[in-house]
Amino acid sequence: MPKEVMYAEAISEAIMEEMQRDPTVIYYGQNMAMTEKDPFLRAFGRNRVRITPVSETAQIGMAIGAALAGLRPVVELWMTDFMLVALDQVLNQAPRLRYMSGGQVTVPLVLKAGYGFTAGWAGQHSNCYYHLFMGVPGLKVAIPSTPYDAKGLMKAAIRDENPVVYLHHWNLTLIKEEIPEEDYVIPFGVADVKREGTDVTVVATGWMVHRALAAAEQLAQEGIRVEVIDPRTLNPLDVQTILNSVRKTSRLVLVDQAPKHASVSSAIAAAVAEEGFHLLKAPIRQVTGLDTTIPYSRPMEEYVVPNEERIIHTVKEVLANRVVA
Amino acid sequence: MVQTFVPLPYPSREKLLWMYTQMVRIRSFEEEVKRTFENHPGMIRGHTHLADGAEATIVGSLATLQPRDLILSTYRCHGYPITLGTPPQQLMAEIYGKKTGLCKGYGGSMHLVDPSRGFLGTSGIVGQVIPQATGAALAVQVKGTDQVVLCFFGDGAAKQGAFHESLNIASLWKLPIVYILENNQYQAYTRVELEDANAAAGEDLSVKARAYSMPGVTVDGSDPIAVYQVVGQAVARARQGKGPTLVEAKVYRLSAHGNAITVPPVPTHFPEHEAIAVYGDPQEYEAGKSRDPIPRFRAFLLNAGIASNSELDTIEEQARAEMNEAVKFALESPDPAPEEALGYVYA
Repeated sequence: MPKEVMYAEAISEAIMEEMQRDPTVIYYGQNMAMTEKDPFLRAFGRNRVRITPVSETAQIGMAIGAALAGLRPVVELWMTDFMLVALDQVLNQAPRLRYMSGGQVTVPLVLKAGYGFTAGWAGQHSNCYYHLFMGVPGLKVAIPSTPYDAKGLMKAAIRDENPVVYLHHWNLTLIKEEIPEEDYVIPFGVADVKREGTDVTVVATGWMVHRALAAAEQLAQEGIRVEVIDPRTLNPLDVQTILNSVRKTSRLVLVDQAPKHASVSSAIAAAVAEEGFHLLKAPIRQVTGLDTTIPYSRPMEEYVVPNEERIIHTVKEVLANRVVA
Repeated sequence: MVQTFVPLPYPSREKLLWMYTQMVRIRSFEEEVKRTFENHPGMIRGHTHLADGAEATIVGSLATLQPRDLILSTYRCHGYPITLGTPPQQLMAEIYGKKTGLCKGYGGSMHLVDPSRGFLGTSGIVGQVIPQATGAALAVQVKGTDQVVLCFFGDGAAKQGAFHESLNIASLWKLPIVYILENNQYQAYTRVELEDANAAAGEDLSVKARAYSMPGVTVDGSDPIAVYQVVGQAVARARQGKGPTLVEAKVYRLSAHGNAITVPPVPTHFPEHEAIAVYGDPQEYEAGKSRDPIPRFRAFLLNAGIASNSELDTIEEQARAEMNEAVKFALESPDPAPEEALGYVYA
């Protein structure tokens, strides 16, 4: 029987079920499981569910050490921005240790954090830093956009033998979807076609998937059939599904909440330009966050984040096969 | 001494001779490493760090462990796997970048790993192994085994946030770990009193333990028996579930921080110790050298009637022969194939 769950619940369910399935999974972080009412604490006790101090370097470094010694830690970091104080452990330790040991050790762990919180959190709590992680060989990166994907990708992340950065979008926390009751896993490196179409391919991640789908709905009323693809994981990145779609549509628009410079969208644009240039009938276009710090005030914040209007405008431009400076 | 600390009983004769053997093996191995910079320029790349002067701390500490225990360390890491039984051929081949190396040439001198002997790894970035070792101790606690983790790092690392964050959590959760701070008096090229508030105030570095409500002990790191007794007590405490200890082992590094950092094609070499090369203080270096743990321990074993000259000579000759063989093996070993660079990125 399918059941309706929220995005945040889907993630918690995945962790809960994996902890029930595998006694080596532990879960810890700041400001979690504070009282005996906490469902994780009730189910697994203080040995496997812990509160840590505000010490991201220790939280992440300890996850690495615990993984080396045979556990599968899931670290609750709350905000991707907080991971920046511990980047050595994330970028220069976790993904390096297996390689430098010549394959003698594995580092299975999950770093769970929210991102992109566009609700007046200003410059230090709203960022989309997934591009920092996706270019580091040895790390995997998941950024689910729906409750179904969020649960299946968290299960895959916990079962993976490698360090995984699992980023959930704060603005999606409360969205609901029916998901299966039974156990399922979504493999990494498999993009999902969220809406089929034949005229333009739109690739988006996280919250932007929903904006792209809303734009596609409006464009459909004008007879424009947009295909919307969510890569779901950034490393590995499923370029093939995007190329297959471009083979059909010959037009590509990329939507990314992060600023354009050194972004996921520019990496996908490069891959398609390199491998699928001959398929394109129009230049690839990117609809991205503007190259600035996220401002606090609502009108400015709304201005810098991609919206339906900008996506629609850009889709129409690539259909008209012209480039606007 | 921060808190009252009851040392372990005296080690047996067998253990004392084992300790001397391991100290001499480490020294012989590293003499061969150092000699390679002259005999085979370009063979050792990047940055290599020697533990000469710290052998008593390494061996005295590891002598307290059970085979199932876990060890993580800083990048000055040759001595730990040598003591734990990793074949020196594999270690030398790794340092020479050969396919037969312990890590198949992927890591080099700073990144030795031998999980089969409990040596889970090192960090090339100062202090960052400390939370990792603490996490290994968390794994031990979660699994409920009676293992203990030893975490080795230098005086410089004790100024990293990673050190302070880790000691706080280890004490809070009573994790089974012993932190061994090898204070070799220099953070790379900088004298400890120029970068450590406790040292500048004339205090031992073990006072840092007080901030985290755990025992802190300072020991003469050139004396393997003193190290064995103090670390052994801390290990016993950790094994009993009573939590972590910070041990400061005072040593004097007998070589420079590492080989000279040169840019190709300029060949690298081992420079003079910083006391001479940077601070122009050869007296300090001579005083440090007079505390060299190996002749000191040899004299002790002779004077106490524990071993004869010929027994100790044999130990030294065997170590030299073993390490000569390691060099020969490493020199004759093949390089990895270039495309092997793409292996082991993901499990």
